Amino acid sequence: MTKTAGTKKTSARPEPNAARETRVVGKPVPKVDGLSLATGRAKFTADEIPPHCLVGMLLLSPHAHAKIKSIDTSEAEKLPGVRAILHHGNVPRIAHTTAGQGFPEPSPWDTFMFDNKVRYVGDRVAAVAAETRDIALQALKLIRVEYEPLPAVFDFEEALKPGAPIIHDEPDITSFLPFDPKRNLAAWAKADVGDIEKGLAEADVVVEGEFETHYYAHAPIEPHVTLTYLDPDGRLVIRTSTQVPFHCRRIVAQTLGIPVRQIRVIKPRLGGGFGGKQEILLEDVCAMLTLRTGRPVLMELNRAQEFTSSRTRHPMRMWAKMGVKKNGEVTAIDFRGILNTGAYGSHGLTVLTNVGSKCLGLLRCPNVRFDGKTVYTNLPVGGAYRGYGATQGMMALGQLIDEAARAIGMDPVEFCLRNHIRAGETHPIFRALGEGREGVDMTIASCGLAECIRLGAERFGWKQRRGKGASMPGPIKRGAGMVILMQGSSIPEIDMAAAIVKLNDDGSVNLYSGATDLGTGADTILAQIVAETLHIPVSDVILTVADTDNSPFDTGAYASSTTYLSGEAARRAAVDLLENMRQVAAEALDVSPEKLDVGEKCFYVHGNPRKTISYEALARRALYSRNQQQLVGHASAISHVSPPPFAAHFCEVEVDTETGVVRVVKYVAAVDCGVPINPKLAEGQTEGAVLNSIGAALMEEYLFNDDGRMLNPTFNYYKLFTPGETPLVETILVPTHEPTGPYGAKSVSEISTNGPLPAIANAIYDAVGVRLRKAPYTPERVLEALEAKRKAEHS
Amino acid sequence: MKLHVRINGEARELEIAPGAVLGDVLRQLGLTGTKMGCREGHCGSCMVLVNGKPMNSCLLLAAKVEGAEITTIEGLGDVRNPHPIQEAFVEAGAVQCGFCTPGMIISTKALLDNEPHPSLERVREALSGNLCRCTGYAKIFDAVRIAEHKLAKASGNGKSTRRPHRP
Repeated sequence: MTKTAGTKKTSARPEPNAARETRVVGKPVPKVDGLSLATGRAKFTADEIPPHCLVGMLLLSPHAHAKIKSIDTSEAEKLPGVRAILHHGNVPRIAHTTAGQGFPEPSPWDTFMFDNKVRYVGDRVAAVAAETRDIALQALKLIRVEYEPLPAVFDFEEALKPGAPIIHDEPDITSFLPFDPKRNLAAWAKADVGDIEKGLAEADVVVEGEFETHYYAHAPIEPHVTLTYLDPDGRLVIRTSTQVPFHCRRIVAQTLGIPVRQIRVIKPRLGGGFGGKQEILLEDVCAMLTLRTGRPVLMELNRAQEFTSSRTRHPMRMWAKMGVKKNGEVTAIDFRGILNTGAYGSHGLTVLTNVGSKCLGLLRCPNVRFDGKTVYTNLPVGGAYRGYGATQGMMALGQLIDEAARAIGMDPVEFCLRNHIRAGETHPIFRALGEGREGVDMTIASCGLAECIRLGAERFGWKQRRGKGASMPGPIKRGAGMVILMQGSSIPEIDMAAAIVKLNDDGSVNLYSGATDLGTGADTILAQIVAETLHIPVSDVILTVADTDNSPFDTGAYASSTTYLSGEAARRAAVDLLENMRQVAAEALDVSPEKLDVGEKCFYVHGNPRKTISYEALARRALYSRNQQQLVGHASAISHVSPPPFAAHFCEVEVDTETGVVRVVKYVAAVDCGVPINPKLAEGQTEGAVLNSIGAALMEEYLFNDDGRMLNPTFNYYKLFTPGETPLVETILVPTHEPTGPYGAKSVSEISTNGPLPAIANAIYDAVGVRLRKAPYTPERVLEALEAKRKAEHS
Repeated sequence: MKLHVRINGEARELEIAPGAVLGDVLRQLGLTGTKMGCREGHCGSCMVLVNGKPMNSCLLLAAKVEGAEITTIEGLGDVRNPHPIQEAFVEAGAVQCGFCTPGMIISTKALLDNEPHPSLERVREALSGNLCRCTGYAKIFDAVRIAEHKLAKASGNGKSTRRPHRP
């Protein structure tokens, strides 16, 4: 209860976040936008198109690497209905990054709206705005571009060799971080903790291997889409499918060379992002077309472009080594990796550092070395993708843990229970690897990982399933694998979220927040937190969110920060409002504020529940009669730590040794996300994240020809799981109480993305004794590995 | 060219381009609950009922539905008067971003209209033309089950599950 009233100054301080009974927090409240979505009434970006709107379209590069010698748009311009054409010759040349990160962005400024060079198949060459789609398509065909093809480089390691084609040779690109474009290095990061050589020498067994993750897509069902128009005052409005409205506003202002005040960014309903919409991809071009024509312009990537020309998971090649003693103690982890960022360095440094910080801190180990490089190649561009480096790193580390446990004859469950980081502990890697700055020292305050491992193993039937399916008769074998995981909650000392809560006549409130619900349920979570704090029903919270004109600042929906940080800002703002309301209630009831308790939509005098004033009565008093004022609360939240959620995943597979087909038959994910503000939404986040990565582990993969062109940019040849064949995921929520999070919450959205790649590989090994070190685990790769094993056994 | 159809119970005469696809025609009428996710007939977010059968409206030429009865997500219910399937999707937590939801609900409607008590295998089969990237499908299957019960209860009470169309 809020009993700390006193003066306004002290009361504005957030109440301590102690565990307590809650009314709406922790309950599976239906999504606040659920019915408007389910009835088709909710408006996404493309659902409200103003009259006389033009269609914008991109001309994309057919070459992996080429100079643009000339562009001739004269024929296209003659086409009736063409209103504007943009290319490198007629737009400002301003280096920036498309990565929607805090300022200054820890990604190199290596991108221009249009450049005189193209760096991958699908790179931007020109844009057209026309009266109709058909005219725009015709106009694209009439633009004559003369290319001078350049040698291209597609392999991570080739790109680093002396004499490799230089992808970014332009002089006007910069980065304030480690950056050496002349060697195709977009970034690098190193950390050295303890003494790695000593640690390896102390080990009884050293396991090691080369691992590789691949190119795959976010594949939101709503592609990237942007609508721009000028409002009656001539200000630029950008209605767009973005996870980062405020970064979008800043980066578009930079790229167009206009002031931030001239721009308003609105995020309507968003059809899935998964990190791919933490990127300024269409907004700058669309806005420029509107500025040139004065007309509304709608731009939407088609499905093929969504694959080739938006963003992808950064592929990574890793060399990892782990030393263990016979008793299970981990003495050393040596991790080296090359991250492929494709043609531009978006998120290239921070995904890399997260490989280290979100994986290597998971185990107690005094000697850890991390050495990572991010390289440019002439392939599609990596970006933020749910899991953000931890997915890549755990693919390797999760398999090494299994190998190490097997090597010393220990059950991986026992091995993980023995070695995982615990509450009250820290790891030097947290400080050693930051996100463009030094990392932040952090002591783990809440950790339910042991419980996750135990409950998950029990529900899954680990003892019954592991090691039992390899001897099944017939060609189909079964195996079980597991992995432990951690992520973070927000970027410490960098992310910031703010909120304002305003009281209405009837005791309801408006919540103004910059938080960006991309389908995750963030709006519902925020409404629950405000309702809980103010003792009102969720339906009494009216949301105005993700609109740069009408919302306070928020860094955006990424880094698993929304529940933890935007939620904390909302809670503090609600506390601030409550304390201001308490002053008015005290005045009205003629008692001192600290004598007041909070009831359902009312205050009452402690020990005298009949002496009471409803929120409605106090709102009316403040608005209309005495000491008139608008009662409002506001707050900002930053975090000094990034409390990791933890998880243990268990997976059973069937491997068909004749066809190589792997099928997931059982998957259990046990997750500690602190207090789940809304358990149903937390389960949904987990199930979706797991299925996304089962797809990535088994079938989703970009296929390229020798010229760097993606061969399968369609759902016909790039398969997502359908309801027909999907495995079903069982979720166990293991609540802990995180003292720094709102009502004890940590994050949940990203962590479970990191489980399937290692868990499935470990299960395949358990079934058929082959280790799949390169993802995805397609039938071809499985058969190849089985064949290699047979050969090795016979020689 | 002219197109004569009934959309959500209302007879319409529309002027359309010969090459227009049904999804675009519907969206231009303001029926934007029908989504365009891929325009290749793979994702199912554009699904509508044509004479009771679920079809991808992104590839279907509008000219080919002359005389047909079209039902879009808006025809099932609205926020004040939602269809039991729409309620079930919300209750189950089957709606995340909601972009695939209208198509999923249309497929569910087509299934439950013909088979009031389908097996899980039939549900999987009937929804297999609809992609969802958010949920992992588990809660969508829950939603179909909840909808089944709601509809059975409503018909047991003698209540019609057909919603009146709002003017």
